[in-house]
Amino acid sequence: MYNTTPEIQEERVLEAGITYGKYPAKKSKKNKKGDLYSALLFLSPTLIIFSAFVLFPVIFSFYLSFQKWNMFGGSSTYVGLDNYIRMFKSAEFWSVLKNTAYYTFGTIPLNMGFSLLVAYVLHKKIFGKKLLRTLFFAPVVISPVAAAVIWRWLYDPNFGLVNYFMGIIGFDPVNWLNDPTAAMFALIVMGVWKTFGINMVLFAAGLEAIPQHYYEAAEIDGAGQWAKFKNITIPLLAPTTFFIMVMSMISSFQVFDIVYVLTSGGPLGATKVMVFYVYEHAFKYFEMGYASAAAYVLFAILFVLTLLQVKYMKNKVYSYGG
Amino acid sequence: MAKKSTIAKSISEHIFIYILAFFTIAPFIWMILTSVKDMGEIYVYPPKWLPDQFHFDNYAKVFEAAPFGRYYLNSIFVAVFVTVGQLITCSMAAYAFARLKFPGRNILFFIFLGTMMIPYNVTMIPSFMVLYWLGWVDSYQALIVPGLASAFGVFLLRQFFLTIPKELEEAAVMDGASKFTILRKIIVPLSKPALATLAIFTFMGVFNDFIWALIVINSESMRTVQLGLAIFRDRYLTQWDLLMAGSVTAVLPILVVFFFAQKYFIKGITLSGLKE
Repeated sequence: MYNTTPEIQEERVLEAGITYGKYPAKKSKKNKKGDLYSALLFLSPTLIIFSAFVLFPVIFSFYLSFQKWNMFGGSSTYVGLDNYIRMFKSAEFWSVLKNTAYYTFGTIPLNMGFSLLVAYVLHKKIFGKKLLRTLFFAPVVISPVAAAVIWRWLYDPNFGLVNYFMGIIGFDPVNWLNDPTAAMFALIVMGVWKTFGINMVLFAAGLEAIPQHYYEAAEIDGAGQWAKFKNITIPLLAPTTFFIMVMSMISSFQVFDIVYVLTSGGPLGATKVMVFYVYEHAFKYFEMGYASAAAYVLFAILFVLTLLQVKYMKNKVYSYGG
Repeated sequence: MAKKSTIAKSISEHIFIYILAFFTIAPFIWMILTSVKDMGEIYVYPPKWLPDQFHFDNYAKVFEAAPFGRYYLNSIFVAVFVTVGQLITCSMAAYAFARLKFPGRNILFFIFLGTMMIPYNVTMIPSFMVLYWLGWVDSYQALIVPGLASAFGVFLLRQFFLTIPKELEEAAVMDGASKFTILRKIIVPLSKPALATLAIFTFMGVFNDFIWALIVINSESMRTVQLGLAIFRDRYLTQWDLLMAGSVTAVLPILVVFFFAQKYFIKGITLSGLKE
């Protein structure tokens, strides 16, 4: 995929050699510290920004989660586990957590099933394969804000395309974004549309890696389409599938932009998700301590999910490895 | 007989996939068509696909209704600045990890990899505070500086740099070239595909970013396209002609780049998946 042929490299070395001919030859000095000073110099821009915007924040928000502080109004006070206790006692927090889980576990099966199907069909002899791949991937690259604005129009109860197409196949119109039950479903469908292209590409790579002769051998044994899919494709795709599942979970749990623009967490909080909750408490109510505690709860969930998935993935990979 | 059924199957597969593709891009088509209709043609049922007359003046109206021109300048300026900055900082750091020997290198790299697992919303509150303490809220610095480093970028480039044979640098080392010169004159020219992937991926991420702009920007003149569009949506709730024209302007630059540099997009997005 990176097309650096030996010829090109050689050419560049020659070029480089000519360029370097200008410099006087120097003997390089090596000491015990190796290239420590150069390394510090090379790493310093990244290290400075990282310390300020990643390392410090991670530690500080953990500290903040035990504080009560509104940021603009004076000093913070230590409140122990109060933020966490208040959160676990809050009905809204549990409903937000439930919404997030609903979104995540609603999106993932649809997303994975759909992307695997598309990747599988595109893996065959299809006319216009490249164009199709481009079209399926296009929703991934556009801004979530614009995508959500477009979908608000598609979901319009009176003039929207979604209700129009539903009407053609015989369904009654739905007030998608104002009905608490329908709104989450609407969000899930849009989320799948926006992200399945990523998984399609990953599945395509996974399918590409399955040796063709497995299928040929199965055909000789008289295996049909479904048997081949079930006994060869699915097991051999297992590592890819689990990897995609981890990724999708982690990103679905952090959904924000499309929620903010499509439903603003409504109606009646039916689509309020974790990051929205954190955002609201931090930048609307300025409860920095409480918001940090909520962020850490989300962090913990994601961390556990990742560990579980990684462990499960390892077992699967080994059991299919032999 | 067998051949006939294969053809029939192939045809049905084609029909299936093209229908799916149609539904995938229907929102785009609908956005573009709505953006050139007048309100009378928008509020009809059943929906009317093509307008009688193309109202391109909707675009002019959007730029009058809100300073989208200014939003654009802000977005492009920030995205270009962050992209160029990240290419520089990441290739320097990646070079240190790939080629230089220093105590603690592996531990430091491991910490770097670990930070890729930290979700954005954990760091966002204190990051905002850092900007507040620096007096940078509502400024270009707020949009740019936190983006100038990227663990993903460092990781991507380091992996690529490791595949470059060391012999290529030996001539330059013998000539006494500095490490910085080696990076600039040998490593960087050989790493164009990896740099292009990082550049395109970063540009897209920054141009499409919403939550960070939402947090750090207050004044209208500092808004990015995405923030501007979100606020525009609140004000013109059902003015679908203007909202769709605004959306077209917000997705157009990325779509154009995407059609010309597809493989880098796909590469960047699949690789960024690996970071998690």
